[in-house]
Amino acid sequence: MVAGVSFATFRSPGGMTLDDRTAPGDPGRSSSEITMPTWPDTDRTGDPSEPSDRWTAGVSPYARMGYYDPAYVPKETDLLAAFRITPQPGVDPVEAAAAVAGESSTATWTVVWTDRLSAHERYRAKAYSVEPVPGNPEQYLARIAYEIDLFEEGSIANLASSIIGNVFGFKALRALRLEDMRIPLAYVKTFPGPPHGIVTEREYLDKYGRPLLGATVKPKLGLSARNYGRVVFEALRGGLDFTKDDENINSQPFMRWRDRFLFAMEAVNRAQAETGEIKGHYLNVTAATMEEMYERADFARDLGSVIVMIDLTVGFTAMASMSRWARRNGVLLHLHRAGHSTFTRQKNHGVSFRVLAKWCRLLGVDHLHAGTVVGKLEGDPNTTRGFYDTLRESFVPANPAHGIYFDQDWGSMPAVMPVASGGIHAGQMHQLLDLFGEDVILQFGGGTIGHPMGIAAGATANRVAVEAMIKARNEGRDVLAEGPDILAAAARRCPELAAALEVWRDVSFTYESTDVPDLLPTPTFAFS
Amino acid sequence: MKISQGTFSYLPPLTDDEIEAQIRYAIGHGWAVSLEYTDDPHPRNVYWNMWGLPHFDLADPAPFMADLRACREAAPNGYIRASAYDRTHGRQSLRLSFIVHRPADEPGFGLERQEGPDRRVRYGLRAYATDAPAGRRYRDGDAGGPEGPR
Repeated sequence: MVAGVSFATFRSPGGMTLDDRTAPGDPGRSSSEITMPTWPDTDRTGDPSEPSDRWTAGVSPYARMGYYDPAYVPKETDLLAAFRITPQPGVDPVEAAAAVAGESSTATWTVVWTDRLSAHERYRAKAYSVEPVPGNPEQYLARIAYEIDLFEEGSIANLASSIIGNVFGFKALRALRLEDMRIPLAYVKTFPGPPHGIVTEREYLDKYGRPLLGATVKPKLGLSARNYGRVVFEALRGGLDFTKDDENINSQPFMRWRDRFLFAMEAVNRAQAETGEIKGHYLNVTAATMEEMYERADFARDLGSVIVMIDLTVGFTAMASMSRWARRNGVLLHLHRAGHSTFTRQKNHGVSFRVLAKWCRLLGVDHLHAGTVVGKLEGDPNTTRGFYDTLRESFVPANPAHGIYFDQDWGSMPAVMPVASGGIHAGQMHQLLDLFGEDVILQFGGGTIGHPMGIAAGATANRVAVEAMIKARNEGRDVLAEGPDILAAAARRCPELAAALEVWRDVSFTYESTDVPDLLPTPTFAFS
Repeated sequence: MKISQGTFSYLPPLTDDEIEAQIRYAIGHGWAVSLEYTDDPHPRNVYWNMWGLPHFDLADPAPFMADLRACREAAPNGYIRASAYDRTHGRQSLRLSFIVHRPADEPGFGLERQEGPDRRVRYGLRAYATDAPAGRRYRDGDAGGPEGPR
């Protein structure tokens, strides 16, 4: 099935050979004077799959250069990647897969003799399986194995540059998506993982047995620091565990970061005194430079904040640096996945969120937004389940129904607390508990602050709803089926919950998801 | 006020039947259940006094409930919490922790502020109950205080 025609042909119709080019270092010489040598084959590695003309100068199909090897059996230490490939019309899918393997490891567009100075057969990535995607004749799923030595220990920046650095712009591909990645345990162990993890976070906060509750302060922009702190105080004293800066609240003219931190911490401490319970506000320390981020984080720590927050937009290396800071200083680290949908949402192109989630667990954050299913943002239930498993479990078996392509062993790396945020409210508590279990942070922003009786009442409604649901579940009741009854019963003793159920009774967001597993014949809706 | 530590602090106080149902859930998962009590409700007071050792391998909540009755009798002036511990690798921590007894009157906390430079404030939380010495707090529904129960 190996393509007889080179991939490069499609990049440059008519073929791109040495004849068309000027020899490097000799601009005056005509290309027609160049002969094309076959570099002597004196150090053959004994690889039977290597064709005899492997080292002939010029453009050769990637598959012929060894980047496609259907007989290859991945090693336990190999890093495996699953790519969804949509070749341009007429491009052979196997050659396309080999090209992805090549360009994400050792290859360039033409044969280079300097390959022969390295153990190239080890370093080149191998596409070992190329299969059509069920129900989509234009797409293929390629699995590629990478030697562990290709990647720097503990560096997501290096991993990302390698695997997604160049290949997504290939002209011969119409689209390319990195679906999943198996990180070998040997490589997992070179990363620090979450600075604290779910278990330590719960022990630090003294909160067990139920989802944690949060709210993002709204309006997200425009409040002065003093008014902002009011929202924090009301939400926390009413019963939430956390409040949160939004991703784009950094240090603007209407509210500078230092003022926000001071007022927010006054609110946090007042709420702790009102309730006798540990509270936190995610102080967003995202800034233009690492120096400023450290300055803001140090200040938050000095004020006694249990948690700080960063945005995905700061980049992998900055996130990793903040992770180390967070562990060093005993402060929880919340990550908002700002911007991720630009590359995670479309099923045919980009990087799946499950890959991003793996990278974030490796480089080390304590919280990561992972979808709500029932809220306002994209989220197929099965796919979202795969994200939650990836963040929380110590071993995640391959499960195509959840979009998980490979077994993933996390060793003893602590778990990341997933955050469900965006368009959820107390009336969905049974669904949220059924979907996500206990180890999750449910963030009710509008569902707290928009409560008709006030912010504290909104917080109380959410807290009563979650406690009532946990209690009922533990008593053996079927919360999904009996959820509305359980909430109604709790609301009879809690006017705040009764009002919340009334206001948001009919609110739901039912749209078809774009990012769904291939194995499902029809799109899945939540609770349709 | 009513301190809101624990899994079920926003619900009406659990009846003994409701407590038993939660314990049944915990032992059904193979978790060890235990009782602790204190008269210092500070949220950073991690180590409450243990009422005996945790119950491992309980088949039935009855021994736990008997312990709870004894603990209430011996330490009525303060808080008692029930906890369930999961020794599974990867967790090795509490799975559930809820208050099963609290004083009739909870005087709450004072927030102490120490003003520093640059508008910084150093905060401290002080439970009014702990103004009285340990063992002399929350008597007769009273908060106690520096001079002890009135």
